[in-house]
Amino acid sequence: MRGVFGDQVLLLARRSVVRTARQPANVVFPLVFPLLLLAVNSGGLDSATSLPGFPTDSFLAFALAIPFIQGALFATMNAGTDLARDIQTGFLNRLALTPMRGVALLAGQLGGVLTMGVIQALVYVGVGLLVGVRLESGPLGILVLLAFAILVSVGFGALGAFAALRTGSGEAVQGLFPLFFVFLFLSSMNMPRNLIEIDWFRFVATVNPVSYLIECVRSLIIVGWDTEALALGFGIAAAITVVAVTLASVSLSSRLTRS
Amino acid sequence: MIDNTIEAEGLIQQYKKGPRAVDGVDLFVSSGEIFGFLGPNGAGKSTTVHMLTTLLPPTDGTGRVAGYDIVKEGPKVRSVIGAALQEAALDPLLTGREHLKLQAALQAVPRAERTPRSEELLYRVGLREAADRKVRTYSGGMKRRLDLALALIHRPRVLFLDEPTTGLDVQSRAALWVEVERLAKEDGVTVFLTTQYLEEADVLSDRIAIIDKGKIVAEGTPSALKSQIGQPTVEARPVDAADCAGVASAFGRFGELVPSADGVVAVRLGSSDIGLADLVRALDAESLKIENLQLHQPSLDDVFLAKTGRSLEGASQEESEEEEGDAAEAA
Repeated sequence: MRGVFGDQVLLLARRSVVRTARQPANVVFPLVFPLLLLAVNSGGLDSATSLPGFPTDSFLAFALAIPFIQGALFATMNAGTDLARDIQTGFLNRLALTPMRGVALLAGQLGGVLTMGVIQALVYVGVGLLVGVRLESGPLGILVLLAFAILVSVGFGALGAFAALRTGSGEAVQGLFPLFFVFLFLSSMNMPRNLIEIDWFRFVATVNPVSYLIECVRSLIIVGWDTEALALGFGIAAAITVVAVTLASVSLSSRLTRS
Repeated sequence: MIDNTIEAEGLIQQYKKGPRAVDGVDLFVSSGEIFGFLGPNGAGKSTTVHMLTTLLPPTDGTGRVAGYDIVKEGPKVRSVIGAALQEAALDPLLTGREHLKLQAALQAVPRAERTPRSEELLYRVGLREAADRKVRTYSGGMKRRLDLALALIHRPRVLFLDEPTTGLDVQSRAALWVEVERLAKEDGVTVFLTTQYLEEADVLSDRIAIIDKGKIVAEGTPSALKSQIGQPTVEARPVDAADCAGVASAFGRFGELVPSADGVVAVRLGSSDIGLADLVRALDAESLKIENLQLHQPSLDDVFLAKTGRSLEGASQEESEEEEGDAAEAA
């Protein structure tokens, strides 16, 4: 039987999902935009597969990893913007006036992000399979992909929540979006790192953690079971999650200055 | 006996680099009492509520709500209070019923009681038909009523209402007054009500504290406070504003002149034997033409005027202008 805490987390997560579902732009855009970008990239960059050493002959399969990370970025923005709105409208005060523990609020918020992350991941995998991408890791790989999508969504969602709690401003949270996109574009999203010829770009892509998140997903699609890529991807995602959740928890404590 | 009291002693709230928003507030509210906290905008009403409801730790001083210390026993305080703060903080994308369901869970209302309690409150605040509509379609009055229902979901022993009728039409305001009175009289809930409306404080409150610039300047029952002022006041507006001095000189013989609006002379009558006719005769004798002459019994505004030298309405306006000025400066 669920306890009071479980009830609170579930209802707050439900609220987060319902809010997102009732704002069509928050559902459609994170699903459609990454897929459009995937279509454009895979059409325009398909000839890259003829480069010696390119790991697959389908750029679509190579690029299918990108929507997973883009989807997580959108989840970050939505989670952060919603929380900032709660601060601005005083809804957070309403929650703070209940005996609810702060951790329930954070867990509920992240529960909503996680649900959206799973839905997005299922759509991306489904679209990939529909257009003929073959998942080298098989059905078990889909489960691992979903687990990874959950971890990344929670980590990035916590980053959004941290920004919201720290600044209390939806605009500030949205201001992070271009910054995250810079990280995405300066990664190995469009080219394997060993094939990037410009030295500084290869260096930046190598030190950029986003590269390893993408390569983790990519390995499941085009390689199969690459232990090193999986370990690096899951390790970095877990580290981001731990740091972001810690930062968000500390910020929540200072935001809820209640005694 | 269950302790539903509110106590504060030397409560202070000082913001960084700013003046004291609340400057040594002492108060005691008895169980089942409706306590009106009256003051202009920016007087410190909401800050006091935020401290008593544990949202804002006081800089200094102590407070107890329903017997629990507001600093050391925050979770216990929160479990026995309900609060509807100044802005009805609702989620525009959720329905009224969804709000109640969420609030009931957050207040740890037993699962079996949540639905019947929500239905009862929706009925009581007249929102049954609108319960499944998104809050963004609600009027201001409906939002306030839902806010009150949310504050009551867990049957609180002490209820804080921060300017609950601001912006409401007369009908909604009257309906809310009836419900607040019922809560105190029938359910024994202690109500701490902040307001800037004199009539609301006068009609609804068993006792009132008037706060200005962070300090309580008067406290008592509405009738006791008004009786402190004593005799009625007569106000006269001369046809020609230049006659104000003459009117003041004529009125000065009947009592103490008191501050009033521009172009108006007011006197608090010195004795109950003096009638309006005496003043009219005095004005007539001096050939002073009067546009408007009014006799009025002491009101809470007179109490505020006597204690602070300003009328409550004027003080609210001043505060608004100051706020606008600050905003313009900041821009």
